[in-house]
Amino acid sequence: MQDELRQKAQQALHKKAALGEEIDLDRFVAGGKEHSYVENLKSLPQEEKEDMLVAGVDTTEKQRTGSFILEDNTVVHAASFQDGLEVLGTAAALEKYEWLRDYYWNLVDIDTDKYTARAGLEGEGGYFIRAMPGVKAVYPIQACMFIAQEGLLQGAHNMIIAEEGADLQLITGCTTGRHIGSGMHIGITEIYVKKNAKITFTMVHNWSEDVAVRPRTVSVVEEGGAYLSNYISMTPVKSVQMYPTTYLKGKNSVARYHSIMVGYPGSNLDVGSRVVLQGEGSRAEIIARSLTRGGRIVNRGHLLGEGAGVKGHLECQGLMLSPQGVIHAVPELEARVDGVALSHEAAVGKIAQEEVEYLMARGFSEEEATAMIVRGFLNVKIMGLPEELEAEVRKAIELSEHSAL
Amino acid sequence: MLKVEDLHVAVGGKPILKGINLHIKPGETHVLFGPNGSGKSTLLGAIMGFERYQVTEGRILFKGEEITGRSVAERAKLGIGIAFQRPPVLRGVALGDLLKAVAPAPSDVGEMADPMHLASFLERDVNSGFSGGEVKRSEMLQLLAQSPNFVLLDEPESGVDLENIALIGQAVNHLLQKDGFNGEERCRREMKEGRSKAGLIITHTGYILDYVPADLGHVLYDGRLSCTGFNPRELLGCIHKYGYAGCTRCLA
Ligand SMILES: Nc1ncnc2c1ncn2[C@@H]1O[C@H](COP(=O)(O)OP(=O)(O)OP(=O)(O)O)[C@@H](O)[C@H]1O
Ligand SMILES: [Mg+2]
Repeated sequence: MQDELRQKAQQALHKKAALGEEIDLDRFVAGGKEHSYVENLKSLPQEEKEDMLVAGVDTTEKQRTGSFILEDNTVVHAASFQDGLEVLGTAAALEKYEWLRDYYWNLVDIDTDKYTARAGLEGEGGYFIRAMPGVKAVYPIQACMFIAQEGLLQGAHNMIIAEEGADLQLITGCTTGRHIGSGMHIGITEIYVKKNAKITFTMVHNWSEDVAVRPRTVSVVEEGGAYLSNYISMTPVKSVQMYPTTYLKGKNSVARYHSIMVGYPGSNLDVGSRVVLQGEGSRAEIIARSLTRGGRIVNRGHLLGEGAGVKGHLECQGLMLSPQGVIHAVPELEARVDGVALSHEAAVGKIAQEEVEYLMARGFSEEEATAMIVRGFLNVKIMGLPEELEAEVRKAIELSEHSAL
Repeated sequence: MLKVEDLHVAVGGKPILKGINLHIKPGETHVLFGPNGSGKSTLLGAIMGFERYQVTEGRILFKGEEITGRSVAERAKLGIGIAFQRPPVLRGVALGDLLKAVAPAPSDVGEMADPMHLASFLERDVNSGFSGGEVKRSEMLQLLAQSPNFVLLDEPESGVDLENIALIGQAVNHLLQKDGFNGEERCRREMKEGRSKAGLIITHTGYILDYVPADLGHVLYDGRLSCTGFNPRELLGCIHKYGYAGCTRCLA
């Protein structure tokens, strides 16, 4: 790392984050055990394969165009099976491509807060995924952030680049080994969507009860490009705070954020999505569904209109399934020029009695009726995922529901 | 089959029904008329057991058992079904999935939906964006899947176009074991024997009666059943002539 970055990071090591509870990073083990490279995912221990599957990472690699696995802080696997798609560890990619320096710590500032600073100083674990101009991924690439060591601090720096006209789908599964209780994950992700390119970024969080997570993600979209983000968190986790931001720089660029999250007792989720609409005619949509079974969820959304003729809509729905939980919806609209059209709707409440009774009148018990409505509320259909990916995500949700109960 | 005794029901603290008495025997179809806001849906909702309808006095018996305090689910399990006047939208719940779950035995929902012209609706969320007539057909389809012994139909034909009314009529006849009715008195009598299913239908226009033979009609007025127990068609004629308040005059 350049001295200048290192210096900035060092100065920010105690800088509080703008949002979220303070996490004491000294509680966690840095670095951790080194793991050896795995040529073939089939040779992973059966237990790890199962744990990864719950987060949408399929080690049989059926219907995948590439895989990446970060185990603790070691890149144990990085491969792509399609020409024009590259999957590398970020450290390796930085060595291979001099030009990548311009993309590195370019969208996310290393001194944003102590988490970015710490991740920056810990190293370059994380993936580099790139689609060459015009290349369309046949299947999604999968990336797994896996914590296998108790109490570990995992730091990842990810870079995703879709060159002009490329189409890339990525499913990132973040999970811990089944025996792991506590851990800390900091993920820096810088995403570049070039002219007329498209990235579908689907992240499934399947952490465990005492894991704290601080992703820091920024994306930039050029003319005619599209960035589609899906976030799913259905299992107990101690603390998540993230506010991924997209800059729609180019004319007619598009961003869409869909998130579905469940808060369990003891969980503290502060999750938002922000889109800065700069390019003329750019459009954004943010849809968030949060459900609490007793945890605290802050659901943020922020649309900033800075360009002519931009359009954005923000939708935030919260469902209270427990009297103990908290859902705090914070939708924000900000217009900085005239001629922008930004709107939002937010609704938070308990499940509608009328809907429960409708199903009860069809012969379902109250519990069955409630479960059907909850499943409907958390339906991934709203994400408009490609068919195979939707099936995968559905599977992951079912598995994680199972493991959460 | 259904016996309602001196039923008083309040909604949001306001008394709506003030002493309803009604007896529907197995195989019978009754029709309920009454002006807007008179409490027709309230009566059906109270029979089904919805929370918002508070029974303050009286009781409801179904197949000889008192069900007044029972949950909606229990009543449904006993064999009561309802087609809603204005059902809620179920986000994320596909109609096809609901039908599969409702049907007592594994069945081909496509085959089920086809006659109701809803085969292309199976992937859609229940009632989401359905037109007025589509909502009614979907309600009937769900009841067909459920196949209850006693049906409460809240304005099954309102908002339904002339061709689809026939479809709704067929569905109701199927639910009430009246298939094959061709308008003849003799045929009607023959079918009546051996029929056990019963129903209570709310209608304003009576159009549904062109397709579904009914036994008795009642007018709900001022929280009570007036002109109760007459031929439904005759009753409709009286309402036309003298209005809801005056229909007693015609029958006196
Ligand atoms: N929460 C409430 N508080 C007071 N009155 C209410 C409340 N909810 C409903 N009502 C009233 O109860 C009355 C009966 O309503 P109901 O839906 O049973 O009428 P209806 O006979 O089915 O009418 P329509 O023919 O228009 O369907 C109406 O006047 C309605 O406004
Ligand atoms: Mg009504």
